[in-house]
Amino acid sequence: MNMIAETKLEPKQVQTMQNSFKMLGRNVTVHYGAKQALFDVNLAIRQNTVTALIGPSGCGKSTFLRCLNRMNDTIDNCRVGGEITLEGQDIYDPSIDVVELRARVGMVFQKPNPFPKSIYENVAYGPRIHGLARSKVDFDQIVETSLIKAGLWNEVKDRLHEAGTGLSGGQQQRLCIARAVAVSPEVILMDEPCSALDPIATAKVEELIHELRSNYTIVIVTHSMQQAARVSQRTAMFHLGQLVEENDTDKIFTNPDESRTQDYIMGRFG
Amino acid sequence: MSDAILTASVPAVRRDIGLKRRYAAERRFRLYGLAAITIGLVFLALLLTSVVRKGYTAFVQTEISLPVTFSEALVDPTNKRAEDPQILAKGKYDKVIREALAAQLGFDAKDLKSGKAADQLISPSARVELRDMVLADPSLVGKTIDVSLLAEGNIDSANKGQIDLSVPEARRKVKDQQLTWMQQLKDAGKLKFAFNTGLFVNGASSRPEAAGLGVAAIGSAVMMLIVLALSLPIGVAASIYLEEFAPKNKFTDLIEVNINNLAAVPSIVYGLLGLSVFVNFLGMPRSAAVVGGLVLTLMTLPTIIIATRASLKAVPPSIRSAALGLGASKMQMIFHHVLPLAMPGVLTGAIIGLAHALGETAPLLLIGMVAFVANYPVTPMDPSTALPVQIYMWANEAERAFVERTSGAIMVLLVFLILMNLGAVLLRRRFERRW
Repeated sequence: MNMIAETKLEPKQVQTMQNSFKMLGRNVTVHYGAKQALFDVNLAIRQNTVTALIGPSGCGKSTFLRCLNRMNDTIDNCRVGGEITLEGQDIYDPSIDVVELRARVGMVFQKPNPFPKSIYENVAYGPRIHGLARSKVDFDQIVETSLIKAGLWNEVKDRLHEAGTGLSGGQQQRLCIARAVAVSPEVILMDEPCSALDPIATAKVEELIHELRSNYTIVIVTHSMQQAARVSQRTAMFHLGQLVEENDTDKIFTNPDESRTQDYIMGRFG
Repeated sequence: MSDAILTASVPAVRRDIGLKRRYAAERRFRLYGLAAITIGLVFLALLLTSVVRKGYTAFVQTEISLPVTFSEALVDPTNKRAEDPQILAKGKYDKVIREALAAQLGFDAKDLKSGKAADQLISPSARVELRDMVLADPSLVGKTIDVSLLAEGNIDSANKGQIDLSVPEARRKVKDQQLTWMQQLKDAGKLKFAFNTGLFVNGASSRPEAAGLGVAAIGSAVMMLIVLALSLPIGVAASIYLEEFAPKNKFTDLIEVNINNLAAVPSIVYGLLGLSVFVNFLGMPRSAAVVGGLVLTLMTLPTIIIATRASLKAVPPSIRSAALGLGASKMQMIFHHVLPLAMPGVLTGAIIGLAHALGETAPLLLIGMVAFVANYPVTPMDPSTALPVQIYMWANEAERAFVERTSGAIMVLLVFLILMNLGAVLLRRRFERRW
């Protein structure tokens, strides 16, 4: 199963893999100025699967995640090499519109960052800019289903027009998930979505990730090994900008191939 | 170790962590702060009391109400007003006033010496006032009506107690005879104070009692509109481009340094620039509000750009990421999220810039706005002056009555500034309330 990370790939193999995986990164390198942050990462993201990216701080897992919807473009001196495909299509190809890509690959950030607008406007904003709805009824529908999917509807249905920033931290994060879900993306990237939340809010978000899995492909960066074990089916371990190994979560946490993974999971470094 | 815990009741020797010193430093700093604020407030109070003490009298004006007879012999000696109403403009209205005064004060209207002294009670502008009344209503000829006439500037000053009466008569502007008459008129209830509307509606005049801020206020208002209409959109567009779109390289660094420099360039240099570019090269009229507005726009732009860029920079990156992560284009991110959040800062910068421009004098002197403009400008291309320039011109005048007018004009300018800053505060509140 480690072939992606370590074996040299034949073109034909690549083709079949691109067809069977939702997203595929091949020989991905990232430089911030002169500093290289990622070294030839090969990683496949499977459809309707939660893939967890783990590893010590500064190992490049967030960098890789941000490559998947080209959020790294916003950093001035960041250069991305290699190839990342979404359903077989290179997302760094000049013909790909980054706005469209981000509508297909949504993102939830580490710190809850609702817009300083009402709860309703937060959720309706994405559909509005992408023209996904026309009438007020459509918008109401999208807002309601998104909030239901994010498990927030019952808590906020009576105050949809109050400030989104007035919610608690956990609610804000679920609002951000609802906002991402509202544009019906295919992939949702989550960058340590629970690191700013308390255990109860964390549990709710994790439960939510479980439910979202049936409809979306999810990639989650996490610092918490327990969280990776709880929410993900596949786990990729990063260290010093390299992908150490990628496998079924059960395998990684019980019997990893690499000693470095073992050490990290046991808490010997990182 | 456990012994140490057991004997905790014996006060252990505490380490000296400099608490006393730290608290003393804080107390000292608070005192410095208080002293700084007190000094600032004292100077502000001194300035305001000095301006108000000198200036509040400018808002009232001495008027002398007299029964004036528009006798036909003086107004229309040839009796041609039926064919040519304009003949009334040539009437001897100074004589009309003198006769009214003679009747009121009881001297012989034929006595030249008394007549001249009496003439000086009433402002020369009163003649024009009477003439305009008759021109507007020729049926007044031959009638006697009560008219309030503007007192002459020196009489006004004397009435306000601003003339030193201990000075020998020969060196005094107001003679003893005139003082007696003033008392006489006052006792008869004919000489009294009235609100000085002329200060707000009149244009320039060499007679202090007839001089007003009207033209200057219009000029200032037109210039402020031009500055607002030009510098806000240009400044905001430039800042957004520089902050969000422009590549960060040596060239944009150079632009940034230059903008910061421009904000510190003495305003008179902008006046020279305006003179050579707008007046000499583009051939725009001198003394016109439009040129003043353009010059002040150039002067205000750097302030607005710096304030706008700072407030754009202060918008948290998480909001930008959130918008981009949802698939908003850069433009949508800026106009839907970043700019609204930066708006309070932008408006504050704009109003500070505008208030600065409102009080600016030096560049206006160079483009010829320091002019004697008695008539209201009809278009922005017509000659006009500005409030601070009017203050500057009045401050140069010798008459006692201009001194109080200078301070009065300063008060009017301050009120304008306070209103603008109040507007800024209200706008900021309004925009901030949208979370």
